[in-house]
Amino acid sequence: MQLLYFAWVRERIGTGAETVTPPEAVRTVADLADWLKDRSAGHTDALADLTKLRAAVDQRFVPLDSELGEAKEVAFFPPVTGG
Amino acid sequence: MIRVSVDHAPIDIGTEVAGIEETGAGAVASFTGLVRADDGVTGMELEHYPGMTEAMLCDIAEQAMARWGLLSAVIVHRVGPMEPGDRVVFVATAAAHRREALDACAFLIDRLKTDAPFWKRETRGDDARWVAARASDDQAAARWGAPDGSPD
Repeated sequence: MQLLYFAWVRERIGTGAETVTPPEAVRTVADLADWLKDRSAGHTDALADLTKLRAAVDQRFVPLDSELGEAKEVAFFPPVTGG
Repeated sequence: MIRVSVDHAPIDIGTEVAGIEETGAGAVASFTGLVRADDGVTGMELEHYPGMTEAMLCDIAEQAMARWGLLSAVIVHRVGPMEPGDRVVFVATAAAHRREALDACAFLIDRLKTDAPFWKRETRGDDARWVAARASDDQAAARWGAPDGSPD
């Protein structure tokens, strides 16, 4: 599974992309964020407060309680601020 | 005609408007967003999600084309480093009459603010910080009805 991080999530984790293979117990986007927290201090910092995070699965915005299903690409980022 | 562009290059409004005026429309409306110089801001950087950004902007433009029967919808968004006064975003609509063009133009920029994956980082001298999302932007977008694939 390809992971992408943007804005301060990317900065805190220290990379914009990584590839992971989560265990079967990781079923939702929120499960994935919780599982990723153990990878580094940066991950722990970036993913500590899920209420500050938004996510996309295969380039579509999804709520954090969404099932991952057959997701190939998951992105974590703060609320968007374009325009 | 839909035109969506996400690019580092400065936005050339003259070229964009000339293109949209060639559609034979009776009315063209546009909105330009600039980097504000208030609050001591000395620079701004725009990050985005390549691929998803363009897809979301095309989706917003297609919704506007269908809802207001537009002849054209244009969304041009700059990314990368910018300075106060630089154009960040330009949206324009072409329709037979002004009401459709004006309403659709407001829809494009309101929806872009909440539905397209861009992130701003402001610089004030040596201090750089990510801009927080504003509830007023969600309210502005909500007046057009529930979108597909909303972030919230």
